[in-house]
Amino acid sequence: MSAESITAATAGPAPADTTSVGLHLERVSKRYGLLYALREVSLQIRAGEFVLLLGPNGCGKTTLLRVAARLCQPTSGQVVWEGTAPGVPESARTIGYLGHQTLLYDELTGAENLRFFARLYGIESESLLNEWLQATELWPRRNDLVRTYSRGMRQRLSIARALLHNPALILLDEPTTGLDQNGLAWLGRTLARLKQQGKTIVVSTHSREALAELATRCVTLAAGTVVDDAAPHPSAPQ
Amino acid sequence: MKEPDGSMGIGTATYWIFAKELRTELRTRELLHTTLVFVLLVVVLFSFTFEPTREESRRYGPGLLWLALLFAGSLMLQPSFVREQNNDTLSALRLAPIAPFSIFLGKALASFVFLTVAELLLLPVFAALYDVTILPVLGEILVVLALGTAGMVTTGTVFAAIGAQARMRELLLPLLLLPLLVPVLIASVTATASLLVQEPAMDWTAMKFLIGFDVIYLAASALLFEYLLED
Repeated sequence: MSAESITAATAGPAPADTTSVGLHLERVSKRYGLLYALREVSLQIRAGEFVLLLGPNGCGKTTLLRVAARLCQPTSGQVVWEGTAPGVPESARTIGYLGHQTLLYDELTGAENLRFFARLYGIESESLLNEWLQATELWPRRNDLVRTYSRGMRQRLSIARALLHNPALILLDEPTTGLDQNGLAWLGRTLARLKQQGKTIVVSTHSREALAELATRCVTLAAGTVVDDAAPHPSAPQ
Repeated sequence: MKEPDGSMGIGTATYWIFAKELRTELRTRELLHTTLVFVLLVVVLFSFTFEPTREESRRYGPGLLWLALLFAGSLMLQPSFVREQNNDTLSALRLAPIAPFSIFLGKALASFVFLTVAELLLLPVFAALYDVTILPVLGEILVVLALGTAGMVTTGTVFAAIGAQARMRELLLPLLLLPLLVPVLIASVTATASLLVQEPAMDWTAMKFLIGFDVIYLAASALLFEYLLED
């Protein structure tokens, strides 16, 4: 089964009114002790945009994504998700988040991990899980413990976990980490499909070249502030 | 079952988290084995150190039993949230559309089951080594154990969540937990001792205290647990 058909399948169960979510950060700062990870960052990401977050290590990309996912509270400023479904304001269901770490249980199998998170999102469909396992090429290893997986296999499973519930706002922190050429191609196809569906996608990456074709915008951070916000130039060095 | 806002009901989410905890533990058996070996060792060591007579066992036995269970409880509760830190799976739980209290309940229930299993295996060993008769009052002893364990687990799960994000978490949990559990320990020891005397009778004052403690801590956890998970 192709990645396109998988992402199309995941689009099924989601209510139509959650497919369009914008993200607004207003003068957001985040401080850890004396260190500022983010300094007064203001960013308006419209629904359906595909934004690449660029910048050197330690510039605040991960913190920005965690603040945007509401996994950590900003020290000051405000994060607003716009366009969430009526009646489900600020719904966690809206967010698909891939972190620096895998967010997977090492002592569960690949299939058990996906099933566990699917159940928490109220997804009962076993066929959807099977389709994701096939798309990530983890089907033959689905009953093996995640701790026996390679880094790339874990990353593919992590991406599947983040996208399983068909989120409208997708926040991916270094999704290309550990992926081989096949994995990168699969990720590219999956993200292209999600972009077509109108999802809002924010990706932090050091591999600009791998995803620049998809991006509608590149935001560069340095020392916790936005230093550049422009249309992407695929050939430009990072 | 889903809530009106589309999020999952507390019962269902608790069930899935509880099932995940059981599956993980049954696969690794880290907690059960460690705790079981620990409580057996403590009870056996105390028995050989004191060589208590039947009368002394009735007086000191309940205290030694609960002391072993207290240490075992703090040993068992520590990894409950530390496990979620390894791959940042706590973030995945926090992102899911479930009530944060269901994370607490799932983990507390799993710890309760693990500790109860350890207690059930310990009880006959304790009875044999300390020469106390527990069969005629087994039902009452199990109720006391359940209430005391619920108090330990409820408080312990809250502080395991707080401690998991701290740097010196191994030290922090016992430091925070043990002073708070002194009242539960006293009530549990009193209730157990009242059942091991020659004419056993349930100490209802201690039982009411245990029930009150459990209810208050459970209610406080329901109200405050969400804030304990914040970064």
